Amino acid sequence: MTIKGRAYIAGAFEHPIRKAPDMSVSTIHAECARGALADAGLSFADVDGYFCAGDAPGGVQSMVDYLGLDVRHVDGTDTGGSSYIAHVSHAAQAIISGACNVALITMGGRPRSEGRSGVKQKMVGANVPDSPFEFPYGPTAVNEYAMATMRHMYEYGTTSEQLAWVKVAASHHASFNPDALLRDVVTVDDVLSSPMIADPLHRLDCCVVSDGGGAIVVVSPEIAKSLKRPLIRVMGAGESIKGLLGGKADITYSGGVWSGAAAFAEAGVKPQDIKYASIYDSFTITVLMQLEDLGFCNKGEGGKFVADGNLISGVGKLPINTDGGGLNNNHPSSRGGMVKLIEAVRQLRGEAHPKVQVSNCDLALVHGTGGGLASRHGSATLILERV
Amino acid sequence: MGAYESRKLAIPETHPEHEEYWEAAAEGNLILKHCDSCGEYHYYPRELCPFCKSDKTTWKGAKGTGTIYTYSVMRKGGQYAIAFVTLDEGPRMMTNIVDCDLNGLHIDQRVKVVFKQSGNQDNPGPFVPCFTPIL
Repeated sequence: MTIKGRAYIAGAFEHPIRKAPDMSVSTIHAECARGALADAGLSFADVDGYFCAGDAPGGVQSMVDYLGLDVRHVDGTDTGGSSYIAHVSHAAQAIISGACNVALITMGGRPRSEGRSGVKQKMVGANVPDSPFEFPYGPTAVNEYAMATMRHMYEYGTTSEQLAWVKVAASHHASFNPDALLRDVVTVDDVLSSPMIADPLHRLDCCVVSDGGGAIVVVSPEIAKSLKRPLIRVMGAGESIKGLLGGKADITYSGGVWSGAAAFAEAGVKPQDIKYASIYDSFTITVLMQLEDLGFCNKGEGGKFVADGNLISGVGKLPINTDGGGLNNNHPSSRGGMVKLIEAVRQLRGEAHPKVQVSNCDLALVHGTGGGLASRHGSATLILERV
Repeated sequence: MGAYESRKLAIPETHPEHEEYWEAAAEGNLILKHCDSCGEYHYYPRELCPFCKSDKTTWKGAKGTGTIYTYSVMRKGGQYAIAFVTLDEGPRMMTNIVDCDLNGLHIDQRVKVVFKQSGNQDNPGPFVPCFTPIL
């Protein structure tokens, strides 16, 4: 059962807050829900499907009650920061099967206010099968991605200078976003001279830690056409889980090789057809590897691809993350997938900042990597078209 | 900056099927799960072989030597080297590189197992396999 052309994104909202010391996480979810429904021209009473992931306090059971929803379909799939991208395709499947007509997806969190960061040891719950063999060694968000970077550099000659170009592009885009947490344009030298956090990743190779959130509304074609918003059609989706493969791990590629191929096949388009891409940017290496894994360049050539401003809107061949991305704008709840969806919707509607808006942007890709690039992660890819 | 500093290793949550692994570690031995059906070693240890799904998995002693597949030295929040080591038996495992100049590490470096006790004096945990360069 293909989802191609059978569900639409009708509403999107990014919470403008980046520091929320006085708000609860559930309040952030609620404000995002209200914002996205208002954007679509719908009300809470129209929602009959609800989706959230691990950032939502109490999961679907608490959140449906808290929001006062009357739903007949729920989904609490959690693949880390890629969850919300997977939720869009799950929502499309639910709409096609008749399980719901208006699907609300919310996310939010306050890691900045709670003092969480990527250099602290990852916490794991009881009975996680891999935990006894990893937990003592101090895996963190940064050193896991750093290990993937180190091996990528070893196998392909990727350099810190090339990685820095990902941050340079993000900072250029963020300079036009009044809500971005970091708005100063930086140079390659600025990245290389920033403090080393975990070899070979510098501070400016790492995303921001921000409070905030966002929400998306996915609807049936009939409802989409009744609303006064541009029509953004879901064209293809893919998802995958990649782990350490029983000890045969190769951490130079991600599950994006599978989720990306599935999404392109379903949509019937190729990487070179994509006008704008939202690429998960928890770290600069995440972008570089995903561009390879999704087929925007050959494996090992990501370094050359991102260099010299190739990711900057109006300058390079592939504009990405024109809101400033997780590196500069927002990485709410340390889960970047929702914001990736929202900027793709802005681009397809022509509502991005004029300085970064891609002309005639009718086909966009959204890709997320949730979890650890050097251990286990969920990948989700989505291809969206403006009708 | 680069000298190895002893650090407290978080105590692993042990699961019932790994009892032999931790007992061997306390005696300074690294053991691996081997599948008698398909002949493959795997890591981390499981009851069912992740490759052929057979339940004919048994513990076998490892040589305790291997090469660094990748690594990273934390420079913020405490200096330590996390790594993946490819064991000579085949599987890759997450570990720490210890007892050496951390600035001298490189991929493909030969390493051997050493065991460090997790926890601390007041709350000692199991010994866990770490690796150090073979000089």
